[in-house]
Amino acid sequence: MSEFSSGFWDLYIAVVSVVSIVACAVFLKLQSARRVSTGSIETTGHTWDEDLGEYNNPLPRWWMWLFYITIAFSLAYLALYPGLGSYQGLWQWSQVKQLEEETARADKRFGPIYEKFARQDVAELAKSREALAIGQKLFLNTCAGCHASDGGGSRGFPNLTDRDWLWGGEPAAIKATIAEGRTGVMPPFGPVLGEQGAKDVAHYVLSLSGAAADSIRVARGKDLFAENCAACHGAEAKGNPALGAPDLSDKIWLHGSGEAAIVETITKGRTNQMPAHKELLSEAKIQLLTAYVYSLSAPPR
Amino acid sequence: MAQPLLKIVPATKPAAPAEEPLYEVLKKIYPRAVHGWFAAWRWALVWATQLVFYGLAWLEWGERQAVLFDIVHRKFYILGLVFWPQDVIYLTVLLIVSALALFLFTAVAGRLWCGYACPQTVYTEIFLWVERRIEGDRAARMKLDQGPVTKARLLRKTAKHAVWIAIALWTGFTFVGYVTPIRELWGEVLALSTGPWETFWILFYGFATHGNAGFMREQVCVYMCPYARFQSAMFDRDTLMITYDSARGEPRGRRSKNADAGSLGLGDCVDCGICVQVCPTGIDIRDGLQYECIGCAACIDACDQVMAKVGYPKGLIRYSTAHALENRLTRAQMFARAFRPRVLVYTAILGAIVVATAASLWLRVPLKVDVIRDRAAIAREVGDDQIENVYRLQIMNTTERPRVYEIGVSGLEDIHIDGNLRFEVEGATGRMVPLKVRVHVEREHVRPGTYPIEFRVSAVGVPGETVREKSVFIMR
Repeated sequence: MSEFSSGFWDLYIAVVSVVSIVACAVFLKLQSARRVSTGSIETTGHTWDEDLGEYNNPLPRWWMWLFYITIAFSLAYLALYPGLGSYQGLWQWSQVKQLEEETARADKRFGPIYEKFARQDVAELAKSREALAIGQKLFLNTCAGCHASDGGGSRGFPNLTDRDWLWGGEPAAIKATIAEGRTGVMPPFGPVLGEQGAKDVAHYVLSLSGAAADSIRVARGKDLFAENCAACHGAEAKGNPALGAPDLSDKIWLHGSGEAAIVETITKGRTNQMPAHKELLSEAKIQLLTAYVYSLSAPPR
Repeated sequence: MAQPLLKIVPATKPAAPAEEPLYEVLKKIYPRAVHGWFAAWRWALVWATQLVFYGLAWLEWGERQAVLFDIVHRKFYILGLVFWPQDVIYLTVLLIVSALALFLFTAVAGRLWCGYACPQTVYTEIFLWVERRIEGDRAARMKLDQGPVTKARLLRKTAKHAVWIAIALWTGFTFVGYVTPIRELWGEVLALSTGPWETFWILFYGFATHGNAGFMREQVCVYMCPYARFQSAMFDRDTLMITYDSARGEPRGRRSKNADAGSLGLGDCVDCGICVQVCPTGIDIRDGLQYECIGCAACIDACDQVMAKVGYPKGLIRYSTAHALENRLTRAQMFARAFRPRVLVYTAILGAIVVATAASLWLRVPLKVDVIRDRAAIAREVGDDQIENVYRLQIMNTTERPRVYEIGVSGLEDIHIDGNLRFEVEGATGRMVPLKVRVHVEREHVRPGTYPIEFRVSAVGVPGETVREKSVFIMR
């Protein structure tokens, strides 16, 4: 906030706070030091139920002392913690620092529990009930938002429970995907192929997985595919895990099946991103997640 | 309200013309020992409440402490029941029941709670008993305090505080024993290895007990407790309260034993002042009802004994009502008025809530289920003819034994769960179970929208432990 305002407001807040507290103390002192003559009974002037009055007596002394303690507390608090404008306090406390300290403490406490998993082989971990239970919790916390609670994904977010992998299903590849993230780009071919060309290619792609397709368009699309698409998807359209290019010959459609969806993909292209998690998760947690994801499609027998 | 029910009567002040500080000087009160019917009731309640408080923590129930408020794991164990944070409604009900019971008792007989059962009264009673054993009764204590500082006085004071501190620390220990298992805590105390919070609470609760029951005493009731200040709202003209029958007692005055009060023009009050001496809050009940009066009935016992001694009928100070005093009602007429609409309504509401709560506890299923629909994946197409939705079921086994639960789903034709249907959950734990629910549909005939479905989770082999939870299935 301070970039948007002048230093005046820091000072303003500090002065108002301190003056208010000191004024409270002075007021308390004045009030509690008052004496009255015994003869007259001073009331607040309020009357309830016709004749029920209230003495205008000060608070009990213990109550007054609580106020003094509050004042002492607030002054100590403002001296130690940030509270007076931009003054940081003697203890230099901040939320970020507190978070860092707590994270460090948690790492120290839970680190050893995770450490034994970090050194284990993924295939071994995928057989350990304990590791998978932790892995599932990590998955539900971190991954389920996109890939769904069961890892089955949804449109645009790959299914992790089948044996079809965009970037490879070996433990090392899964681990790299989680740690480094992936960006899959399919460039738009609308300008190159034109409307009819895109439709022809779509029909050819449909025919690859045995779906109903127009045979004339399939024939035309086959040549266009070889020219434009085979570089990434391969001559057989089996995909290329090095580029994240999907296998087009199976019945798994990341961005939707059917002619319309495929034409849209070809015309407009697709950009899909898996964010990197190495900054967010420790090495051991990534290892556990790898094992869990690996176990989803390769259940140990 | 045409007439104020309670006249707030100022405490008598010395009529010195000089200026005085606004603060009342703390006057130490030396309540005189009292015996009798109401004193016996007070002691009965001291025993009843304290046997429960000090004893209950040591009771075992199966493998665990019978009553344990396990704040760390957020589970409250009360005999055979385990309460989870989701059961907070029962705490609400408990508070409502307490409040209504307070209204009821107060409407019937004034500050029964204050006089007989409030911890402040009970611990003051215990501490006073100790004080009396060591320093003697009122006169002896006053003499001791006013006399010179002698070895004997120091010895007695030290002994008194030693006993007080022992009781206070044991109270603090017992208090913490409801949060940390008391047997483990006892071991820790013996080994001086209690944790920082346990140590703090034992000492703090002990300090508060010592301070409140030993020093603050009536100050807590007079200055700190809000209940004293709103009692008048719950009193009515038929509320039993401790009253001095001024029509009978006045004019008060001392007399020789054989004198005829009638010919002297005196009432029944012999002005012995014992009612003031026994009062734990230091008031004179003959000035009328005052907010300081905690309704302990010590003055009734004391006055009755004096009346018996001088040969007058008992009951110059007694439980009576404003109505009864004014209209000279008989006791039967006065008690009959206890069954007035206000009391009956309180009783009816209180009874209804207690019965409903008991029924709810009796019928309580020790299983909780939360259904959380996956928000990111709305509906998935599986193969050519199935739609799939994903759910997470949070299954909480609130029994203390492991259970196997079977999950079923209903609400749509041909709806089924893909995968495992049975899950084991350890006792007193929860488990998150991801579920895939599928429906067969012809793709052309799918009608987009949300459809209500219901999950049914039941413990295998335990009839009655079944929970149904509603959710929705989204077609597209």
